[in-house]
Amino acid sequence: MSLEKVPVLTELERAVLNEVQNNFPIAQEPFRELGRKFGLSEEEVLAMLKRFKEAGYIRRLGAIFDSRKLGYVSTLCAAKVSEEKMEEVCRYINGLIEVTHNYLREHEYNMWFTVIAHSRERIEEIIKELETRFGLEVLNLPAKRFFKIKVNFDFLGGSA
Amino acid sequence: MLTELDKAIIRELQGDLPLVPRPYAAVARKLNIDEDLLLEKIRWMKEQGMIRRLGAAIRHREAGFTANAMVVWHVKEEEAEEVGKKLAACPEVTHCYQRPEFPGWPYNLYTMIHGQTREECEAMAKRLSELVGVSDYRILYSTRELKKSSMQYYVENGD
Repeated sequence: MSLEKVPVLTELERAVLNEVQNNFPIAQEPFRELGRKFGLSEEEVLAMLKRFKEAGYIRRLGAIFDSRKLGYVSTLCAAKVSEEKMEEVCRYINGLIEVTHNYLREHEYNMWFTVIAHSRERIEEIIKELETRFGLEVLNLPAKRFFKIKVNFDFLGGSA
Repeated sequence: MLTELDKAIIRELQGDLPLVPRPYAAVARKLNIDEDLLLEKIRWMKEQGMIRRLGAAIRHREAGFTANAMVVWHVKEEEAEEVGKKLAACPEVTHCYQRPEFPGWPYNLYTMIHGQTREECEAMAKRLSELVGVSDYRILYSTRELKKSSMQYYVENGD
């Protein structure tokens, strides 16, 4: 996974993007610290990150939590949704605060979404509601084993 | 057990830190606590593994990772752990889970791969398949991202 083909980013910008994803300092002046690693001033780092944000590369700056460690449970669901029901179902599912990701995929099971909730019961409730309200067939696919969860992207090429 | 302050901190950190010289001071002011206490709490949450990562969340589509493919594998239950670990060890695999199978849906290992083109994803999947010796797999490309958000913890009442 490398971004070598994206011409708009310089080598330095890629390095900063990588660092700000993975090692954002927990310190009073995090941008000054970041800059120190690259020979950039605090102002230069802030300006660069503002640019990344405006360009849409950065969605937000903050923490990603481990839902299990916070006592939440999660699952992946797959549903077969017909063309006619698509808009209505999509609006309903996307409106649920517990649904964080929803993708259309090329398969008979075409809608794939993740649910994070405070209990298994709440997840069951959501699925049951989808089944009764829209007559959907929903596969509930909670992870049995976690082998890898990597939430950063490598902008430098090679492995992160 | 998390305190009300911990939950308030989590609520702030799942949002967007301001791009100002002292972002933590800005958050601390909102929470009416010391900047140092906030930094200490964040370090603790990271040590505990509650915070998996602190930093920028990337919109990978805009950043050039255009083809997001879920590759699902049909693996014998007794081989699932070994194959899962092997797949997880590959740098191109970002997520790897074992999930239950269903009648008509035999796939039990799930991996996410990201590439700039479908051809790149196909080549990756083929390479992975040869590496782990599993030939029954499917690539499910995403054709549309309908929703992508960060989970909002502790926002429901009484939670």
